[in-house]
Amino acid sequence: MFRSVLEGSAAAPDMMVVVNGVETPAWNGETVASVLLRVPNAGRISPVSGKPRLPYCQMGVCFDCLAVVDGIASTQGCLVPVKPGMRIDIQRGPREIAR
Amino acid sequence: MTYDVLIVGAGPAGMSAAVQLSRDGLAVAVVDEQPAPGGQIWRGVERNMSGPVSRALGADYRKGLALVEAFRASKAEYMPETQVWQIEEGWSVFLTSGGRARRVSARIVLLATGAQERPVPFPGWTLPGVMTVGAAQILLKSGGMLPEGRVWIAGAGPLPLLYATQALDLGGRLAGYLDTAGRPGLAVLQKLPGAWRDLAGLAKGAGWLRALRRKVDIVRDVKDLRAEGEGRLEHIEWSRHGKRQRVEADVLLVHEGVVPRIHETLALGCAHDWRAGQGYFAPRLGRWGEASRSGLFVAGDAGGIGGWSAAMVSGEIAALGIAARLGKGGDVEERRRQARLDDRRARALALRPLLDALYPPLRERLPDETIVCRCEEVTAGTIRAVTRTSVPDPNAVKAATRCGMGPCQGRQCGYTVQALLAEVHGVPVGSVAFFNIRPPLKPITLAEIASLEDMETAG
Repeated sequence: MFRSVLEGSAAAPDMMVVVNGVETPAWNGETVASVLLRVPNAGRISPVSGKPRLPYCQMGVCFDCLAVVDGIASTQGCLVPVKPGMRIDIQRGPREIAR
Repeated sequence: MTYDVLIVGAGPAGMSAAVQLSRDGLAVAVVDEQPAPGGQIWRGVERNMSGPVSRALGADYRKGLALVEAFRASKAEYMPETQVWQIEEGWSVFLTSGGRARRVSARIVLLATGAQERPVPFPGWTLPGVMTVGAAQILLKSGGMLPEGRVWIAGAGPLPLLYATQALDLGGRLAGYLDTAGRPGLAVLQKLPGAWRDLAGLAKGAGWLRALRRKVDIVRDVKDLRAEGEGRLEHIEWSRHGKRQRVEADVLLVHEGVVPRIHETLALGCAHDWRAGQGYFAPRLGRWGEASRSGLFVAGDAGGIGGWSAAMVSGEIAALGIAARLGKGGDVEERRRQARLDDRRARALALRPLLDALYPPLRERLPDETIVCRCEEVTAGTIRAVTRTSVPDPNAVKAATRCGMGPCQGRQCGYTVQALLAEVHGVPVGSVAFFNIRPPLKPITLAEIASLEDMETAG
């Protein structure tokens, strides 16, 4: 849905992150929520209707960017800057007790 | 330790206040949800000072760097990537960052939490592919991101015009621009004389519109917007002069203005006033930005929308009031006059009455199937049905339907519920209250609470 204006330029991505097990390029300054908008089917699944959602507000108020980040579920993706090697997994429904 | 002042938010208001209070010799801490200072308006400004993104974001954006640099150079302690989840009078502020919670004490709290975009419910607004214009602009500032495919903008106000101009400058494409503002009425003309005080601001807005008209189809008088698709956005539909139109779409960016962030002041039981012209609640503030709770100050858009320039001035005014309260700052009345703070604020606010008249809050009747509460997926129809047999109180709707009980705590549905209650009961919107806001202000895990250290004994 989104691409970086830096993408496609000769410069290599700033880092790689792992989204649902797949190595994915990422750029300094972007957040987990921004990555979710570039990778298909990475958004959360609503615990109420089971329908897919994607980040909506990007400023910490809507909670539609919830994701499992480095094993921590229900993380607000728009408030977390990407880091090299970060693991981002889709959040299906509510948070599990164990994580 | 106990800080003299704890400031929440490192945007224009929070940074201005922090710089001045530190200069006056006070111990200041600034808590910020973001990883770097600047707020949403100047988000990423330190990183974005060169390259194509910087050029497209424009001169007003680059102006933020001077304040960010002054803030970085000040003695104020900066706590980035930190969330406030509870504030208690006295003052104790409970924070989380990096999975750990802690409590800090301060003699004064200054809320400079800014604004959020006004929630814009319509059928299909929860579909992947629909998001706000502000969100898209944040993505541009934080990672140089542009939307792809058939991108539509629908809304009203200066931000969609600015964002469209920026995206086009960077080689982005727009399929079309749906203007949801009605035809300007006579009220607009009455606001013009005041607006001339900010000629540069007027010229800027006109420039964006001109640039946009050359490159994109602008459809005016758009009503009854609807987004459709299986699992993601595929089509959008709208009415214009009674005729339905339908187009293919991959991304739909919506915007109907911004509203103050009031969850913190609501949770603290501060007095708020309904501002009918703007369609939002704002905390009632004294001359120095003090709320109805002694020792709690509010500056910037959190106290009423005024934009970054007015926010900087209100940060300075609040800083003077706070310094005086703490027995510092000298003759603050004289400093207020010397710095021409009131005149500067009036000038910064000169365009607001015109903008309010041009872009009044939307008052369309929501179709029953529209999801109002994004978290708990409660529809307008359900809320109407419940409220017909109850008092016009959002908390009754919450108890009956779970509307407003999800993780966003009513940030995306509060004003819509209020409008629906007013509609069903036939009372003025402003006579209906907001949800009661209860702790925590942000969801927090048991592990985070268990990690709570008492900073007073530890530090």
